[in-house]
Amino acid sequence: MSPKSARRARKPGKARAAGDGDFYDLRLYIAGQTARSLAALANLQKICDEHLEGRYRIEVIDLLERPQLARGDQILALPTLVRKLPEPIRKLVGDLSNTERALVGLDLRPRSPATS
Amino acid sequence: MAKPATRPALVQAVPKSPTGIQGLDEITGGGLPRGRPTLICGGPGCGKTILAMEFLINGAREFNEPGVFVSFEETIDDLTQNFASLGLDPRPLAARKKLSLDYVRVEPNEIQETGNYDLDGLFIRLEHAIDAIGAKRIVLDTIEALFSGLSDTRVLRAELRRLFNWLRTKGVTAIVTGERGEGLMTRHGLEEYITDCVIMLDHRVVDQNATRRLRVVKYRGSTHGANESPFFIDESGISVLPITSLGLQHSVSPSRLSTGVPDLDEMVGGKGYFRGSSILVSGTAGSGKTSLAGYFAEAACRRRESALYFAFEESAAQITRNLRSIGLDLEPCLRKGLLQIHAARPTTSGLEGHLSAMHRLVEEKKPRVVVVDPISNLIAVGTSIEVKAMLARLIDFMKVRQVTALFTSLTIDEGHPEGTDIGISSFMDTWLVLRNMDRNGERIRTLDVLKSRGMPHSNQVREFLLTSKGLKLLEVVRDQGRVLIGSARAAHVAVDALLARRPEKRAPRR
Repeated sequence: MSPKSARRARKPGKARAAGDGDFYDLRLYIAGQTARSLAALANLQKICDEHLEGRYRIEVIDLLERPQLARGDQILALPTLVRKLPEPIRKLVGDLSNTERALVGLDLRPRSPATS
Repeated sequence: MAKPATRPALVQAVPKSPTGIQGLDEITGGGLPRGRPTLICGGPGCGKTILAMEFLINGAREFNEPGVFVSFEETIDDLTQNFASLGLDPRPLAARKKLSLDYVRVEPNEIQETGNYDLDGLFIRLEHAIDAIGAKRIVLDTIEALFSGLSDTRVLRAELRRLFNWLRTKGVTAIVTGERGEGLMTRHGLEEYITDCVIMLDHRVVDQNATRRLRVVKYRGSTHGANESPFFIDESGISVLPITSLGLQHSVSPSRLSTGVPDLDEMVGGKGYFRGSSILVSGTAGSGKTSLAGYFAEAACRRRESALYFAFEESAAQITRNLRSIGLDLEPCLRKGLLQIHAARPTTSGLEGHLSAMHRLVEEKKPRVVVVDPISNLIAVGTSIEVKAMLARLIDFMKVRQVTALFTSLTIDEGHPEGTDIGISSFMDTWLVLRNMDRNGERIRTLDVLKSRGMPHSNQVREFLLTSKGLKLLEVVRDQGRVLIGSARAAHVAVDALLARRPEKRAPRR
């Protein structure tokens, strides 16, 4: 628990706005072209268009085709979005339908103490 | 129940997957339910992970069933190191693709939940690992870690249910471990999903001695031992000691070996104990138990057989010194390495520790003769039923190996030497009772053979002396139908001698 709260306390105090100018390397893990997979991809595309224009890359990995890749990024839940860059690595679980949480998870919006 | 005679048993017994773990297969009647998940739960450090790993390793080694170990808590390196130190190194099997290890890291701080999800990622990983080596067995240790990483317990529970059903359709025999929770078998109630077989482990401390217990809580479609059984963990893994299921299938030997005291050999059929039999020497404090044990061990060494002496009361030096005072020198036996004395306080390790140490040493040194002096001291480390189970195991173990074993036991109640407190006499083939009688101001030592299976034996209570020249059984002296002992005997012998006008022959002096 303590690392989490420490991070929360530190973030809002940071001088520059989170994510400013960084290149975003994103990986979206899915399993087949399910409705949920497609929703996740659409939601991700929308977020990137709105917040990361020109400085992102999305790689979609379908684990049904390449199951061996689940191990490397420790994937359990699907869909999972992994932010490889900027560091540190972040994992977002779910179809990204909750935009607010997705933005917080990507450090595109500061974490408010109320967000868990 | 209603019509047992008219309806033959059509129900097939649940197919089972042997664990290869000593004792556990006996309790479960052949192993865990094949193709189904089994829940193993217990507190921290109770041996869940070891039991699970041994199930996989035995499966791969002995039953040609490859297995996957999925750890949610320890990294592969940690796991490998821990098990290598227990003699269960998974690496050689992993190299031959008989076993695979996977570490599923659940890092609570990294995960942000942003919408709907399921655990297909985990399913895909497991399926990939299973198919890669054609696994028939899988361990999930411990899957409850997922609850720390994912907050939507509603989704998680539905997914766990789906996972266990999926494992069933996949046909793999699974062990799922879970940590004991408050008022529940596991913290998150996994027992709700896994109902085929539940085994509970316990590691408790009684009177400052740690003991381990295993209990099969349920086993759907199968009978099973319901009692708690002690188990221990040593370099060769887990051994469970079922209290009730002892096989009496060891072969028996007609050959005999000396007690170390010629006169005593006479009392037990003229030739001594049976090889591979168990001998109990019980008596009160100072009645000469250790002396008899010493003679027995020394006789083995004279036959150039190796002897192992477990001492729970005295140190090796103390035993050799004390036996020297009755003219028995164990020094040469020790020097030649034929005799080895292992002295330990019973309380230095738990019950399972002692048993495992004794098993290991007997296995390793391959002695022909073993002395446990005294067995009654082990009561200090366990309650009676455990000591009994432990003894039964040890005796069985030695009989199978044709090791002749002598146990001494301290009798507390002078009046009832037969009432050996541990109730172990039924395991024993020969039982010698030593008494230290207090008569008319003198102490008199007597010895008698209470039982000796399969041989004619003396029914006399014999007086004996422990002199600087050794243990000496005295001839029976009768007067008017009574057996005389002590000074009454000495007086009688002296009178006899006088009557025979042979004053130079004196009665033995004590």
